[in-house]
Amino acid sequence: MSEKLFQIIKKACESCGNDRARLMDIVIAVQKNCGAVTIDAMELIAKQVKVQRVDVESVVSFYSFLSKEEKGKIVIRICNDVVDLMKGADNIAKAFSETLGIKVGQTSADGTISLEYTPCIGLSDQAPAILVNEVAITNLSVDKAKSISKALLSGASPESLTKEFGDGNNSDELVRSMVKNNIVKKGSVIFVERVAEAGLKKAITLKPEDVISIIKSSKLRGRGGAGFPTGMKWEFTRAAKGNKKYVVCNADEGEPGTFKDRVLLTEKFDMLCEGMAIGGYCIGSDSGIIYLRGEYSYLKAFLENKLSKRKKASLLGKSICGKNGFNFDIRIQIGAGAYICGEETALISSCEGLRGDPKTRPPFPAQKGYLASPTTVNNVETFCSVARIIEKDAAWYSVIGTKGSTGTKILSVSGDCSKPGIYEYDFGVKVSDMLKDAGAKDTKAVLIGGPSGQLIGKKDFGRIICYDDLATGGSIVIFNSSRNILEIVKSYLEFFVEESCGYCTPCRTGNVLLLNKIEEILEGKGEPSDIKYLEDLCSTVKVTSRCGLGQTSPNPVTSSIRNFREVYEAVLKTNEDGRQPTFDIKASLEVAEALQGRKSVIY
Amino acid sequence: MEKPKVATTSLAGCFGCHMSLLDIDDRILKLIELVDFDKSPVDDIKKFTGRCAVGIVEGGCCNEENVHVLQDFRKNCDILISCGDCAIDGGIPAMRNNIPLKECFDEAYHDGPTVYNPENITPNDKELPLILNKVYPCHHVVKMDYHLPGCPPSADTLWEALVALLTNKPVDLPYELIKYD
Repeated sequence: MSEKLFQIIKKACESCGNDRARLMDIVIAVQKNCGAVTIDAMELIAKQVKVQRVDVESVVSFYSFLSKEEKGKIVIRICNDVVDLMKGADNIAKAFSETLGIKVGQTSADGTISLEYTPCIGLSDQAPAILVNEVAITNLSVDKAKSISKALLSGASPESLTKEFGDGNNSDELVRSMVKNNIVKKGSVIFVERVAEAGLKKAITLKPEDVISIIKSSKLRGRGGAGFPTGMKWEFTRAAKGNKKYVVCNADEGEPGTFKDRVLLTEKFDMLCEGMAIGGYCIGSDSGIIYLRGEYSYLKAFLENKLSKRKKASLLGKSICGKNGFNFDIRIQIGAGAYICGEETALISSCEGLRGDPKTRPPFPAQKGYLASPTTVNNVETFCSVARIIEKDAAWYSVIGTKGSTGTKILSVSGDCSKPGIYEYDFGVKVSDMLKDAGAKDTKAVLIGGPSGQLIGKKDFGRIICYDDLATGGSIVIFNSSRNILEIVKSYLEFFVEESCGYCTPCRTGNVLLLNKIEEILEGKGEPSDIKYLEDLCSTVKVTSRCGLGQTSPNPVTSSIRNFREVYEAVLKTNEDGRQPTFDIKASLEVAEALQGRKSVIY
Repeated sequence: MEKPKVATTSLAGCFGCHMSLLDIDDRILKLIELVDFDKSPVDDIKKFTGRCAVGIVEGGCCNEENVHVLQDFRKNCDILISCGDCAIDGGIPAMRNNIPLKECFDEAYHDGPTVYNPENITPNDKELPLILNKVYPCHHVVKMDYHLPGCPPSADTLWEALVALLTNKPVDLPYELIKYD
């Protein structure tokens, strides 16, 4: 091993206190500095943090941004989410591939550039988009892809590819990104002018129990999608036994088509920290962690600077706002490209320096979460809402929205519409009204809640967005009549096959079987009983998978069968000769016919 | 009322499943009260004589004749059962699926340690059905209605399944009958 590598690893480990729970930060630092975490590097890291090499390898092999083999100094990640594909990501990939002279998945011979696909990077509103190392490039065209390739080949840095900065904090000197916020509709809870830190300052004048009871009577529910009552979660965490407790913010929005947290982190980060501090006050915790998805690394320096500013302003750290004994600090845990880490127990695993495997529940994180301590995990938007709720009050908040779903919901709208972006609506907005606002025309289908939500057709456009009707974590993808429903289903299944952690068989194998069948149907080899087969398989995967990924991954199939059955029926046909359409007797006899020098007399 | 008919066949199987069927012992008398056997090795009827309620298929498809027979079963039977692991998964015969056909032939007729073939002939009479590129489970070739696992499925399993089907009751096999570890 070279002395340089040795020093890099030693420094990375020491800066994390040789703590095995900080393994993610260590391997990410090594990957960033060396282009790979080689077997030698793993050995040394293992020795430094006192674990086995296989513990390190299990982490490196799990996350898509980490690799054992050396990648190029510049890694171009082309987003191949459905929306990006609709906007021409395939052609973009082709342009890169041709200009750079490498295929997707390869590294150039001189080791400078790697080209890969990556699932949704949270830029569906400005697709097609790519990441060049940590730099996001949006609204690409084939020509732009070619000129970017040429620039990189001639030695340009990824940072130099950004010519114009986006609006708001995207142009901050610590961000300097071309990403745009695209805030189209502002609501009354989050995208609103308000007195900074009003919620936090009010909270500390109350007893923690009383703050929780305000949140409970506001009826705030988790904004990640599952909709668990926030007040109740905090009450459980507060009541749980443990000297040390944690407040974790889930900023790992990986659901294809969602990007609201990106905008909240960029523009409302103080409000998020305010909400987290209130959370810390409520449950009796002095430590917060923000799990930031690896795709949003371009925001990390900006966010860390904000954290240190808050510390200086006594909004974080010891005796917050002068309140003796109220200490709360936040660290940012960066991810490395794994959708499953948006699942709260997988996210906790990742924070602990492990593979992003979900944990078995119960015990729930409120009892036994991060490092086996009581932990509350909440969505970015949930924390922001808390700050506003405490600032105003529960009565003010609970009349917004519907009876069962109070407050506003931020939607990330993308796909076939003229105004993709961020929409903050009161809960209860009709799908048709939202489509009108977004400038969607000739809409055939809307995906509510991303692929793990449901795909609805025209007959459901009168339904409303709320927990009791169409629940969503915020992802809304619009498809017009030119789109092939089965192709969309196929793309999303490919996504789940890729992102399944592989721990349990129904999810690891079931999703592959679902994908195979959809592909057969697309090839015209489907027959009527396939619908029953798909439905049975979907229900097996849903019922028997261990975590939310497998429990929802069949949703594109089930909801498209329910709402677009005619699309399936149009291509399913019974084979006249009684054989399965997927069985090709002629092809299966070719080898024997050649070997034996005679033709079949039967077929 | 005319008794429903049952047909059986062994494709790429070892006849073990049929042996297991015979293991129902004296219950075969009861079975005869319930059904008539049509095309089957049990009674040596070679061709279907009419519509059958149930077709029991042992073994997967390793050659074109298997495919032909299976298609014939699909055409003439209301319900088809994949009986035993070979019908369901390909079983032992499917062990050749990862080996090119040419190598299988060479090993079987020329190179195998026990082969005695002084004239070095690869059997190739036109009466011999052509071998498929691999062994297929039955449901890959035609639609199968039920899978009865086991190597072989026990006589009790076969009996319970058949009686349920013939008396129009749901096939509800007790756990002991489909537990194999």
